[in-house]
Amino acid sequence: MVMTDPTDEGRFGEFGGRFVPETLVPACEELEEAFRDAWNDPAFVEEFHQILTDFGGRPSALTECYRLSEQLDVRVLLKREDLNHTGSHKINNVIGQALLARRMGKSRLVAETGAGQHGVATATAAALLDMECKVYMGEVDMERQELNVFRMQLLGAEVESVSSGSRTLKDAVNEALRDWVATVENTHYCLGSVMGPHPYPWMVRTFHHVIGDEAREQCLALMQRFPDVVVACVGGGSNAAGIFSGFADTDVRLVGVEPAGGAAVGRGVPGVVHGMLSYLMQDEVGQVQEAESISAGLDYPGVGPEHAYLASVGRAEYPSVTDDEVVNAFQRLARIEGIIPALESAHALAWVIREAASLRGQTVLLNLSGRGDKDVDQMMSILGPGNKR
Amino acid sequence: MNSASKIGRMERFLRDRRGNGSKLLVAYITGGYEGWEAAVETAAAAGADAIEIGIPFSDPVMDGPVIQKASQMALEAGASPASVLAAVPNLDTGVPHAVMTYYNLAHHAGHERFAATLVNSGIDAAILPDLPLVESAPWREAAAAAGIETIMLAAPTTPEDRLADLCEASKGFVYAVGLLGVTGERANLAATATEIAGRCKQVTDKPVLTGVGIGSPEQAVEACSVADGVIIGSAVVRRLLDGEGAEGVGELIASYRNALDAG
Repeated sequence: MVMTDPTDEGRFGEFGGRFVPETLVPACEELEEAFRDAWNDPAFVEEFHQILTDFGGRPSALTECYRLSEQLDVRVLLKREDLNHTGSHKINNVIGQALLARRMGKSRLVAETGAGQHGVATATAAALLDMECKVYMGEVDMERQELNVFRMQLLGAEVESVSSGSRTLKDAVNEALRDWVATVENTHYCLGSVMGPHPYPWMVRTFHHVIGDEAREQCLALMQRFPDVVVACVGGGSNAAGIFSGFADTDVRLVGVEPAGGAAVGRGVPGVVHGMLSYLMQDEVGQVQEAESISAGLDYPGVGPEHAYLASVGRAEYPSVTDDEVVNAFQRLARIEGIIPALESAHALAWVIREAASLRGQTVLLNLSGRGDKDVDQMMSILGPGNKR
Repeated sequence: MNSASKIGRMERFLRDRRGNGSKLLVAYITGGYEGWEAAVETAAAAGADAIEIGIPFSDPVMDGPVIQKASQMALEAGASPASVLAAVPNLDTGVPHAVMTYYNLAHHAGHERFAATLVNSGIDAAILPDLPLVESAPWREAAAAAGIETIMLAAPTTPEDRLADLCEASKGFVYAVGLLGVTGERANLAATATEIAGRCKQVTDKPVLTGVGIGSPEQAVEACSVADGVIIGSAVVRRLLDGEGAEGVGELIASYRNALDAG
């Protein structure tokens, strides 16, 4: 049985753990205890789901892609996390963590962000719950996601540019950790994916479990059975963990799609960074390598430890797709289904398109983790204003 | 008696100097940064009781801007664990050496192999700030078997029960983290600096040295009203970044030495 609770040490098999400076160990312990306590408190769980419904717009729709299904000869269903408030699945996790922070008496949130989706979601939760918010974002990402920077500022968050290392998501995590080391007494680190030290991978997956629960019900209502394949993109892996967790106890094939330039599971070896032991892209001595992807949200050299475990025991598979395949998938969904996906989510679709022949006649549930509004500027510079490609 | 319970060279050396009534001074220098070898020798000659050599890592989460910058420049200049360690046997210091780096480099090499490489390079002790007590047992055992003392960090947030275990597990000395935050000089000594050193002293007779956040000889003296000594890192590395070279480092360490000796 996979995707149950980790061990007391926060391990999924050999992966996970709590590799943080001693200063933060008590904060992780406090967070773990507070999360266990809150998740066993029906009032907390009810408030969480109430906010996701009234404010977040849940449940998100299940959309059947008629034209794409006909073209590919694969029945494609989309779990529409792009329709959530703030435009992605990220809102589930931040509502959960912000409520938990408030319950722990912390008045300030710090977060890292890559594409800006998690930063926007955190800024939104902070505004909703009247908390101070600081978001760390790599310099490179701030340039390619300028609109999200402004959105965060509109929501009252301070966005801090990170100019160290590769100036992307990896370094934004380092800087958020450094902030937390100094401010741990009044600050909660609102980590954006199923990564980091225990209890984050488990807690973040639990807050996203709602994606899988809804999708399972929606599939049963539509087809009276499960899909054959569930597919999602994977950077740290939070949207994938959320939807996988609804089907972990079935024999549904689980596929996490990584970018070719950030294939931690595909090309990584076990290593320790950002508080966890997981697959990690690193050089021959153990220096962490820089990921390179068209999508800022997947530009991460590691992966959540539970995905490392699912890969190691063969429960899920983690192929990768190229930037070109992603651009094509992005355009195709826009043209024939009227949905502009986030570049991150387009990775999952790119895999379905590439594998269509082997998936023929099957039903694929794809987690459309976010909407592509944030990416149109970047796509315009890639494709040109006429979109002739 | 197994090797894990023996007192290693770092601890013996520091205990002896403490026994002579001296306050202890450890200088940190980023390995692989231009001119680092000369800086290490000059720091020792100017009165450092031990040297902490940083092996640069790509993601130094416990370090502030100064050491981050030096690490990044060292990496860009081609520094690697092998290149830094290969230079250590040729350093003429007469004092013990610790390495300060991050756990992934030990994990990637394999505990036994990494510990053996340290021993063969004339390293006595290791500091891995992202390897807390709860995750540290496999590394500490391998290190102890090879003869490497693992210096554990105690933080202002560490609860009482773990503090005792942590001081017990620590070899060489106990590194008392002076404040909530990353490495770097501060205008004033944090109140937590003497607090955490005092808490450590209550549960161990191992040398207790305070590091992180000490920015002047005066602050070092204040910290040593409780601690057995101090670790000076960012202040040293800043001299190198400012182009003052080994000479600047020597002057800086001498100023700390004189202040501590004068009490």
